Amino acid sequence: MMTAHPLIRLLDRGSTLFLVLLAAFAIAIPVSNLLMPEGSALHVSTYFVALFGKYVCYGLLALSIDLIWGYVGILSLGHGAFFALGGYAMGMYLMRQIGTRGVYANPILPDFMVFLNWSELPFFWYGFNSFAYAMLMVLLVPGLLAFVFGWFAFRSRVTGVYLSIITQAMTYALLLGFFRNNFGFGGNNGLTDFKDILGFNVQAEGTRNALLVMSCLALAVCFLICRAIVTSKFGKVLIGIRDAESRTRFLGYRVEAYKLFVFTVSACMAGVAGALYVPQVGIINPGEFAPGNSIEAVIWVAVGGRGTLTGAVLGAFVVNYAKTFFTSGALAPYWLFMLGGLFIGTTLFLPRGIIGTYNNWRAGQADKAEAKAAGDGAASPAQPSAAE
Amino acid sequence: MGKFHDRILALAVAIGLIVSAAGFAHAGPYEDALEKLTTDDYADTADAVTAVATSGNSLAAPLIAALQDGRLQFSAKDKKVFIKTADDKLIDAATGKPADGAVPDDLDTVRVNNRLRGVIDAANGALTLMAPDAAKRYESAQAVFKSRDAAVLPAVEKALEAEKIPRVKKVLTEARAAILLGAEDTTPADKVAAINIIRDRGDQDSLALIEGLPADTPAEVRAAAAAASAKIQRNLALWNTVQNLWYGLSLGSVLLLAAIGLAITFGVMGVINMAHGEMVMLGAYVTYVVQDVIRTSYPGLFDYSLAIALPLAFLFSAAVGIAIERSVIRFLYGRPLETLLATWGISLVLQQAVRVAFGPTNKEVGNPSWMSGAFDLGGILITYNRMWIILFTAIVFAALLAMLRFTRLGLEMRAVTQNRQMAAAVGIRTARIDALTFGLGSGIAGLAGVALSQIDNVSPNLGQGYIIDSFMVVVFGGVGNLWGTLVGALTLGIANKFLEPFAGAVLAKIAILVFIILFIQKRPRGMFALKGRAIEA
Repeated sequence: MMTAHPLIRLLDRGSTLFLVLLAAFAIAIPVSNLLMPEGSALHVSTYFVALFGKYVCYGLLALSIDLIWGYVGILSLGHGAFFALGGYAMGMYLMRQIGTRGVYANPILPDFMVFLNWSELPFFWYGFNSFAYAMLMVLLVPGLLAFVFGWFAFRSRVTGVYLSIITQAMTYALLLGFFRNNFGFGGNNGLTDFKDILGFNVQAEGTRNALLVMSCLALAVCFLICRAIVTSKFGKVLIGIRDAESRTRFLGYRVEAYKLFVFTVSACMAGVAGALYVPQVGIINPGEFAPGNSIEAVIWVAVGGRGTLTGAVLGAFVVNYAKTFFTSGALAPYWLFMLGGLFIGTTLFLPRGIIGTYNNWRAGQADKAEAKAAGDGAASPAQPSAAE
Repeated sequence: MGKFHDRILALAVAIGLIVSAAGFAHAGPYEDALEKLTTDDYADTADAVTAVATSGNSLAAPLIAALQDGRLQFSAKDKKVFIKTADDKLIDAATGKPADGAVPDDLDTVRVNNRLRGVIDAANGALTLMAPDAAKRYESAQAVFKSRDAAVLPAVEKALEAEKIPRVKKVLTEARAAILLGAEDTTPADKVAAINIIRDRGDQDSLALIEGLPADTPAEVRAAAAAASAKIQRNLALWNTVQNLWYGLSLGSVLLLAAIGLAITFGVMGVINMAHGEMVMLGAYVTYVVQDVIRTSYPGLFDYSLAIALPLAFLFSAAVGIAIERSVIRFLYGRPLETLLATWGISLVLQQAVRVAFGPTNKEVGNPSWMSGAFDLGGILITYNRMWIILFTAIVFAALLAMLRFTRLGLEMRAVTQNRQMAAAVGIRTARIDALTFGLGSGIAGLAGVALSQIDNVSPNLGQGYIIDSFMVVVFGGVGNLWGTLVGALTLGIANKFLEPFAGAVLAKIAILVFIILFIQKRPRGMFALKGRAIEA
């Protein structure tokens, strides 16, 4: 096992299955949406494409949370903040692309700034007309915030629930700030009314499918990065920190440096998820910073199985599909009961989540088979062993 | 004998005043004013209104009221004025007798424009300066101080002579000073005297008055004004500080009330109860239900509604808390992050249950009479509901401390906090203590709900607004220490209120959150941390 090829370590059976499934969706859905005639049994609606794209972004957010919660034991209740910051960076690019097509037809200023009687672009909006710059910010802004926040927090050994609570305070503070009009991010209404991305209309079917494929690609790449981290020696140290932080520190590892690195990587991934999410749903507003959103994202991971990576994505899909299903019908008032029940039920009865429980069960089966094989061997002492 | 003599003298002066006032009424300014009302000229009407108001005639008040409501009629031909009553009868404004028969045929309503409305308001102020009700006189003297209409000066001076209640007299003097300061023909010496009187009043209005002196004011007056203005500003700054302290104390007590239950469950048991806010919310809904029952069945008991709601809210929230502890949390001890998630789920379920049962909108919870209203204390306004909440918080805090200190249950709770295994070894049933502790924390949250129902909207989201703040307080103050929670809550409340004037409410809150995030870096276990190894667990 220890000598296995790095690529084999990276891609175990579950991971391969996950990537194959993801690729299948990323190919099948656009093909079905764009090439199959409408009304055909194989055609999926554009609504479904956007919905699936949204789930993929949620999956990526869940993945980023699983990386720190599942492998380092950092329960961030503020990961929605990184997601939203990435979203805002993308939203700012999209706002600048509107140009003169806004209500006030101002070539430079977004509508809400004209509405607030601002005469020039605030400095932090500079450069967002360039896609490359915006993408850099998608990574840099959440990454930098996570780095600064983590640097303070991990260095002074804020752990456990204290860390959870201050991450929640962080996203709450950002929520309050972004609600303010003079913060320069559209206040209450956020950023919306996007027209196009890289010259393509965001509403067009082709763009939507392309965004879905991009999201799947981003998820796959981030998944591989996560796998690379957790299967490496570095990842073993992370697990050591999760299970016995003080002991790992006493062994000479710089725990805070490990945590800071993973936390920052995770925040960047959440930012990418937010950036892909915004053009697909067409709006970003301060509501994304709500502490409730971040906690909900944690429960996706818990449902799927923390510390499994694939489970986090699966959990995001399952819970969000259930949410779509419940909130769009007569069952809407019961969705919060469902969600609440999910929180309670998962922690009480399914602490390892779907994938974790399945893995356990499989491991149990294997153990049994092994025990049986060993038992068979013991039952026939008459047969002399070949080694003797 | 001396006293008796004084009384006789006072009586004589009073009688003299009344007689002179009565004599004045018949001397003619009222009648002259009536004539001016018949010219259909705004300037004349304005003069007339002022003259009528200061005339002291008993018909002045109904006349001005009629003018205000467009019920005052005049005949230009006969030079007569009539008050039309609400039931369309005409009264001769000169005599006060019904005008039967002799109604002229050119009756017209006395017209009023915006400038006149101002004059009428001032006139009303002057009229109520003589009202029999002292509170009304006080109010109108305050109104005159603010309007400082020179035309009211005679009325003020007359009222000043007749006034006996010192409180009213003081305001009348101030009103007179305000008028004199603004009048052009006042001598500089009088103006300086006026400034001194206004300075001693020392509020924002006084400052505006003194700073608003015209540029051509004599130098000596200006010097007095500058000195007075500086003194008032110092005074105001002081009161401003006191007011911020008071508001901060009020906010701090609300935070404390919301956080103290959490301090017990989080501090004593190490359980992160994200559903704590919902316990507060349940307490508020208990208050609503109690008031609803009282309104429909026993309206007379409304003033006692809070007293009835308090024990019920405590018991109800405590029961829900114990049920949660027994059914969910006890399986999660030692897994704080899972507890956090599970209790978050519970909070969602409770919120939605209340939303389904009572609807998503705000519920009306009334203030009993003894909780509504306010009173002035120096330069600040103190509302009764805030005051009672501060008192209530203090009582709850003291009771809780006493309970932990002096009762068997408190002793066992402290034992379990300090060393769970050892406590179990000496025969304390730790599971029972856990349930009761959780129930106690939740019950106190219920009490907080009763108090908060008086100052906040009672809606299913009530608890959400307090949960993050409560955690901040507990974390800031230090876990497992009620005094820490007290200091934390008051510090955060007062800091918030002192920041608000500079930064606005939202930025102040953000600043506090950032401060706590940084503070936790420095002291990860709060201000008053438990010492020793137990905290590593």
